[in-house]
Amino acid sequence: MSTLLNSAPKSALAGLAVTTLFFGMAVFAQVIAPYGMSDVVGSVWEPASSAHWLGTDNIGRDLFTRMLYGGRTTIFVATAATVLSFVAGSVLGFAAAVAGGWLDQLLSRSVDLVMSVPGLIFALVVLSVLPPSLPVLILVMAFLDSTRVYRLCRSVAGDIVVMDYIEVARLRSEGLGWTIFHEILPNAMSPLVAEFGMRFIFMVLYLSTLSFLGLGIQPPSTDWGAIVKENSDGLVYGIPAALAPAIAIAILAIAINLVADWVLSRTTSLKGGRA
Amino acid sequence: MHPVLKLLMQRMALGILLLIASSILIFCGTLVLPGDVAQAVLGQSATPEALANLRHDLGLDQSAVQRYFHWVNGILHGDFGKALSNGADISHSISLRLGNTLFLASWAAAISIPLAITLGILSVRFRNRWPDRVISIFALATTSVPEFILAYLVMFVVAVKWRWLPPVSLINDTMSVGEKLQATALPVLVLVLVVLAHMMRMTRAAILNVMESAYIETAVLKGLTGFQVILSHALPNVIAPIANVVILNLAYLVVGVVAVEVVFVYPGMGQYLVDHVSKRDVPVVQATGLIFSSVYILLNTMADLIGIISNPRLRNPK
Amino acid sequence: MPRTHLDVSRRNFLMSTGIIGLAATGLWLPGKAMADTPKKGGNFILGLKGGESTDTLDPALNTGNASSYALFAFGDYLLEQGPDGSLLPSLAESWEASDDNKRWHFKIRQGVEFHNGKPLTASDVAKTLQRHSSEKTKSGALGAMRGIQEIREEGDGVTLVLTTPDADLPYLMLDYHLVIQPDGGMENPANGIGTGPYRLVQEEPGVRYRFEKFDRHWNKDVGHFDSHEIVVINDDTARVAAMQAGQVHAIDKVPPRVAKLVGNAPGVKVSVTESPGHYVFVMHTDTPPFDNQNLRLALKYAINRQEMVDKILNGFGEVGNDTPINQSYLYFDNSLPQRAFSIEKAADYYKKSGHDGSPIVLRVSDAAFTGAVDAAQLFQQTANAAGIPLEVKREPADGYWSEVWNKQPFCASYWGGRPTQDQMWSVGYLSTADWNDTHFRNKDFDALLLQARAETDAAKRTELFGKMARIVWEEGGLINPMFNQFIDGYADTVAGWVSYPGHAMLRGYIAKLTWFA
Repeated sequence: MSTLLNSAPKSALAGLAVTTLFFGMAVFAQVIAPYGMSDVVGSVWEPASSAHWLGTDNIGRDLFTRMLYGGRTTIFVATAATVLSFVAGSVLGFAAAVAGGWLDQLLSRSVDLVMSVPGLIFALVVLSVLPPSLPVLILVMAFLDSTRVYRLCRSVAGDIVVMDYIEVARLRSEGLGWTIFHEILPNAMSPLVAEFGMRFIFMVLYLSTLSFLGLGIQPPSTDWGAIVKENSDGLVYGIPAALAPAIAIAILAIAINLVADWVLSRTTSLKGGRA
Repeated sequence: MHPVLKLLMQRMALGILLLIASSILIFCGTLVLPGDVAQAVLGQSATPEALANLRHDLGLDQSAVQRYFHWVNGILHGDFGKALSNGADISHSISLRLGNTLFLASWAAAISIPLAITLGILSVRFRNRWPDRVISIFALATTSVPEFILAYLVMFVVAVKWRWLPPVSLINDTMSVGEKLQATALPVLVLVLVVLAHMMRMTRAAILNVMESAYIETAVLKGLTGFQVILSHALPNVIAPIANVVILNLAYLVVGVVAVEVVFVYPGMGQYLVDHVSKRDVPVVQATGLIFSSVYILLNTMADLIGIISNPRLRNPK
Repeated sequence: MPRTHLDVSRRNFLMSTGIIGLAATGLWLPGKAMADTPKKGGNFILGLKGGESTDTLDPALNTGNASSYALFAFGDYLLEQGPDGSLLPSLAESWEASDDNKRWHFKIRQGVEFHNGKPLTASDVAKTLQRHSSEKTKSGALGAMRGIQEIREEGDGVTLVLTTPDADLPYLMLDYHLVIQPDGGMENPANGIGTGPYRLVQEEPGVRYRFEKFDRHWNKDVGHFDSHEIVVINDDTARVAAMQAGQVHAIDKVPPRVAKLVGNAPGVKVSVTESPGHYVFVMHTDTPPFDNQNLRLALKYAINRQEMVDKILNGFGEVGNDTPINQSYLYFDNSLPQRAFSIEKAADYYKKSGHDGSPIVLRVSDAAFTGAVDAAQLFQQTANAAGIPLEVKREPADGYWSEVWNKQPFCASYWGGRPTQDQMWSVGYLSTADWNDTHFRNKDFDALLLQARAETDAAKRTELFGKMARIVWEEGGLINPMFNQFIDGYADTVAGWVSYPGHAMLRGYIAKLTWFA
């Protein structure tokens, strides 16, 4: 592990450090937070001070505290949904590409069907049928997102399954699972890792959209996207409260993608010459 | 029959089947939606008498199956019916709105797609050096800011502070293309910033994925320069995943830009759908849903076809 | 991943008719601009919130804010209102009542022409009123028209026969739905043809309405612009930006949080008028646990009204007192004490209520009023401090008015106010009222209302209304933390601006009465 870290470029280390810091703050939000999550402790949009490091929000709660708790929700939900979406999307996408035939058609066309229904109509229907709770929220997000991951994996794997080494594996009569994990996955890693970095950002943003539809996080709990929205009125008049969560999202996005870049370079160098 | 042609026919037939399936799905989905069109149309201040009168007039007492076939029959004759809320002809309204949406989407796509691919290639060429870093960080930052915040920032800096362009995009039929472009410059800019990173990152990753393959090494050994290798050897082999991400973003530009439409007061399809969903105007929601569906299916089919055509081994199966 | 942004189901805040009696409180002072001579010409662009592609120009079905301003541009009404709340003649030259106030006659103006060339007749007026009052109508004015038994042409005018005497009947004719249309709009109600100062030339629902000056309008003293445009700008920030950049000449609904900053911007003026509109939380008094008066009182004492006005309205409002009436109404009884925020009293009443401690769920959405979710969270803070287990549940904005309001026992609501106290109490608090959103049923209250309606003595009427207010204050399900104010912005090139207390945008007459300096 230490040699792995030593070999990492500075940018990756910075990315890793920031990501760890954010995740750490998320986990220990309750310990770090100077105030209660929903306590009103001041007036509207107070500027930053020693009492309120980032000032106060649109109804006078401590913004730093809100950011910590919001970060916890955002990071937890986005991570869980992205991981779920990737596991489901990539396994099914690879399986479809390797197996081909009716399985491929069935999965691909079902995914097309789900994707073809506009997200707004889909979200509203789900909203009316299912009770809004955190697990439902994560599952809905992961489900909708996995269709996108599926399409990408299916198309990346489509280029791989026609390669000779897959043919060889087939001749050796290797199972579907073995082929996916030993042949397809290592060769499809780069686009997947890059996509993971992007999907994570989209999950963070999507969460706030769902909040707005009423499916998202219930007040007084919050997430970064919701903090942006609550405070956006003041933005254009020089009240920067909305920028804090926006910048936090951007920093996390950049950090995660810096790490992704590093993983990307390792996967490409690992399989050198394999194709 | 040439296998590609056969695949093409297959995919088109499948597309039509999908469209039918999705029309049924949308039709059923809109039936499940909570809320009552009469209440939604007349609002809080509606009297029970007025509600009952409107419900009867709208024929909400007919059966769902009857309404579905009536609807499909209408569409086959190019008639989407009339909006429940204000009696406007849906085909006419949609043609105006769809035109606007496609105008905005095509300009955003015409700028963002070549830009994203160029930046992606530059990133690979100068990998892990400062151009790569600057491009990545800029693109990631713009993408991770919620789009309405991006829209507000652009509006206030460019339109209110500098007064270079009008803040809201008031367009009308009498404008020339040039005037329309000027009026919509801000939303186009925001959309480009929103979709840039995803396509750029995927281009970069996909090219990197094949850069260390044996045939690339051969090309490098032949003495080709960095750009030549990327353009003529790496890029052609990664068109499928790039096309996929490009198509996803194209679909987003057509279907998902409600926030940008709202902020810049641009009369596109997204706002049209949202307005009618909130009024439970079922015929319009169904028509708009079907159009969006067709766009998605068309684009997805295109992505698949590009994938097939760009892959020599798929193109010429053994 | 498509990212969508929903801003749906906005409420229509435009009140159907005006407030009377403000002149008596001395709030209104005639603007200096009134004395100036209007200049003709120019294209006047109005940027308004509250327009959707579902909007219609059929006056009966009109609910959108932007489209209702279109009605004022192309249409005329029987009567108009002055800034002091007085009634002014319009298409009705004069009007008179029988001694018992049961028959009203309106004399119709001669020489008035519709935009399609047809001259206005008493028959057009009668048919318009009939269309809005028939049992089959979908008109939003039906509620106001219910007391009219018969509408008939008579001589040079129209006579209305009422079921019960009503001295305030002419005020009903101000209802914004009651645009006089050719043939009463029986054939084609949404064609946008009226007798107004501007002729509709383009209609794009939810986007824009374009008008040109109607040269043959009967009143040469109004409608000074050559052309007029209404542009729908639903996004608050965009609307303010369009105003500041000079793309539009006036905007409504300036967000309270930025109103002061907008007023400081060069070339922009801000007009603030008080209103009878209130942002409220409503409890169903017949549903547990809200059928317990002590619990209701606990919640009423647990809300910090001044904090709401300061934080949700940024000071552009006044504290409410758990009744729907404020001093903008005639016969307002000011002897009712202001209920003050008290955590101790709230805790006391909560203890008395014997509530089992299960969560009390307040359902809210910003569809109810801007800032409702924030207001509910402030309420939750103070209530929890008093030991009341208040929980906030955000509901989807979409479908809020049909699925949550008037269905869930505790939720956020908005009331725009009514022209008279009688009407306000009748639509929202009478046991049989259609929109009794607190499920308030009280026989004494109902009896007092009937008594007040028949009472002609002002002092006695005030006393009766005061008694009713006190009952609702004590026993009702209404928690009224605040009355909002109307905030308009306009360019300093716009002359002739007059403040209409209780209304935004010169009561909708803005394009008629203003001109470019």
